[in-house]
Amino acid sequence: MLSSTGHPFIFLLPVLAIAAFWLMAKFEKKEAGLPRRSFFERNGTPVAIYLIVAVAFWAIFMIVLPQLFMVEMSFRPKLPPIEMGGPKDLYTFENYHYFLYGSTTSNAAINWLHLKAFSLTIFASVCAALFNFALSYPLAFYMAQVAKPARVRFLLLLLIAPYWVNEILRAFAFRIIFSSSGLINKTIMAAGLVDQPIDFIGNDIALYTGLGYAYMLMMIFSLYNAIETLDHAQIEAARDLGAPWWHIHAFIVIPFAKPGIASGCTLVFMLSAGSLAAPLVLGGPRSLWFTPILYDRFFQAFNWPQGAAYAFILLLTCVSFVLLVLRLGRLNLGEIAK
Amino acid sequence: MTAAVEIDHLTVQFGLFTAVKDVSLQIRQGEFFSFLGPSGCGKTTILRTISGFQDPSKGIIRIGGQDMQGIGPNQRPTALIFQNLALFPLMTVAENIGYGLRVRGVPKADRDRKVDELLNLIALSDQGNKKIEELSGGQKQRVAIARALAVEPKVLLLDEPLSALDLKLRQHMRNELRAIQRRVGVTFIYITHDQGEALTMSDRIAVMNRGHIEQVGNGRDVYENPETAFVAAFVGENNGFTGMVTRVADGLATVETALGTFNGVNRKSLAVGAKATLFVRPELMRFDGEGENIIDGHAADAAYEGITTHLTMKAKDSSSVVATIAGATAKAFPESGSSVRFAFTSRDATVLPA
Repeated sequence: MLSSTGHPFIFLLPVLAIAAFWLMAKFEKKEAGLPRRSFFERNGTPVAIYLIVAVAFWAIFMIVLPQLFMVEMSFRPKLPPIEMGGPKDLYTFENYHYFLYGSTTSNAAINWLHLKAFSLTIFASVCAALFNFALSYPLAFYMAQVAKPARVRFLLLLLIAPYWVNEILRAFAFRIIFSSSGLINKTIMAAGLVDQPIDFIGNDIALYTGLGYAYMLMMIFSLYNAIETLDHAQIEAARDLGAPWWHIHAFIVIPFAKPGIASGCTLVFMLSAGSLAAPLVLGGPRSLWFTPILYDRFFQAFNWPQGAAYAFILLLTCVSFVLLVLRLGRLNLGEIAK
Repeated sequence: MTAAVEIDHLTVQFGLFTAVKDVSLQIRQGEFFSFLGPSGCGKTTILRTISGFQDPSKGIIRIGGQDMQGIGPNQRPTALIFQNLALFPLMTVAENIGYGLRVRGVPKADRDRKVDELLNLIALSDQGNKKIEELSGGQKQRVAIARALAVEPKVLLLDEPLSALDLKLRQHMRNELRAIQRRVGVTFIYITHDQGEALTMSDRIAVMNRGHIEQVGNGRDVYENPETAFVAAFVGENNGFTGMVTRVADGLATVETALGTFNGVNRKSLAVGAKATLFVRPELMRFDGEGENIIDGHAADAAYEGITTHLTMKAKDSSSVVATIAGATAKAFPESGSSVRFAFTSRDATVLPA
């Protein structure tokens, strides 16, 4: 998959990365301007070298290179293996063009199918994040400010235990529960609420429930961490000054927990938009989620360059969207990483 | 006139632990009232019960004559100043002070006027736009008071708000708190374990111990006429000699102790045979040997404090006896180890049940 010009680049990158981290370690001391010990003195030379080399390799091989390959691939045409690296293997925008127009060359028709699925995925992921926040906030607040430590430990266990089951198995379990002869339909029919089973899967209710549940833990932990650091006296002070409960949440707790809320929503949004198992297993016949389309580019159409282009579009959109929202909320990335 | 706050047979229990035992008390309108006691004596629990954060297990709290049962902290005419102040860090000084008014839906113009007034009162005019973190410890203190006063409470409750400040600032804030209280005329209920704070600021003090009230009175009363051995020992320094009453006459009681037989004022009319402790304040203990009651021992230490010096003597049962005397007289105190004689007059000693 590599063009011949790519090879020296690969060997140069780790060296560059190591050099960069090395310089950072050196600079750290100068920048601080204090009689502090340098990175090397603090950790000992062998450990310092190990840290620099290991982090550089991790960053290069796990993060930067795979992404770079995908980006590079997305700009190449789909060719039979024999022609790869040949005269036809030129950089092109055709894969991105396909996303917009459903054809690699013509501008005649708009690719509504993919564009719609894409926008729906982004929109539904935003909704999933907000819904998740609404669902998680009361629980996170209860655990962080109200419950006694023993109760908190018990609740945490209850929250974590279901996640020991892997994602695909959980998705199938949801499918069974939501099916027309599943537990929920049986229960509500037995209770006489409906005559006919409700098509939870066809109406995508199962999908959204599954998506909502899949990343709830990320939201709860982000919120819990943020709310837990709020001094309980602040809440009591607001109450003492006459604030009703909603006012305390809206003007004391939520502004304080804003970085945690942003970090939780960001995580849930990103993970939902990129989730594959839940849409594949729980998606109804009419559901259009972007990741299964993306998956099909790779493994049904065997068009890896196009799949790469689609993946890159999704990634870029998600990152830009998150940065925009953070900007609007006057938050920076450092704060939400706290 | 009805009492500002009436505590009627209040008991508060946490599980098996009784934090407050059957306390009854009336706090007058416009009074600066302090609860003084060691940590864990229940004073903070009383405060939280008055403010509504804690429900009484038994008994009634009345504020302005009205029973507070079932009325939440946000509905009570009280305002609490927290030990750590609990100012809102994300709001400016003005927003902090105006918070209670904002919650009550006071229009912005009125709110701003009131905030300016209060900023003036606490001598922080023009600093309303500052962030909380930009203020000094004393300024934060004053903002917390202004924030509480903004909602015009009938009663202001203060939970050791000065404990985080350094000594000089603490002494300064005592005067300031007292001055603010006089100016606004609101009833202040103050919680402290620092007797200096309680004595200098309060109109009346309730000394608490293990969930009950030992004595209520003004500062002079509590210091000079303690009703119980606990009050005598807790408020100010005191020398205590425990023994048995052997004779009672002319308002005096004779107590036989390990260090000798002493006479003191029999304030609680103890009978012969009662166990008793005779207290003598260090400043009433004489080093020049004048007085009917004499204690012999060896000089142990002279702690010079400028205006006064604390002389410590090791008595024959190796307990310490302290005499506080003016700085100049202290020069004559012998070297440690040599014999000294302390003395006190019977009128300066108090005999209380042990």
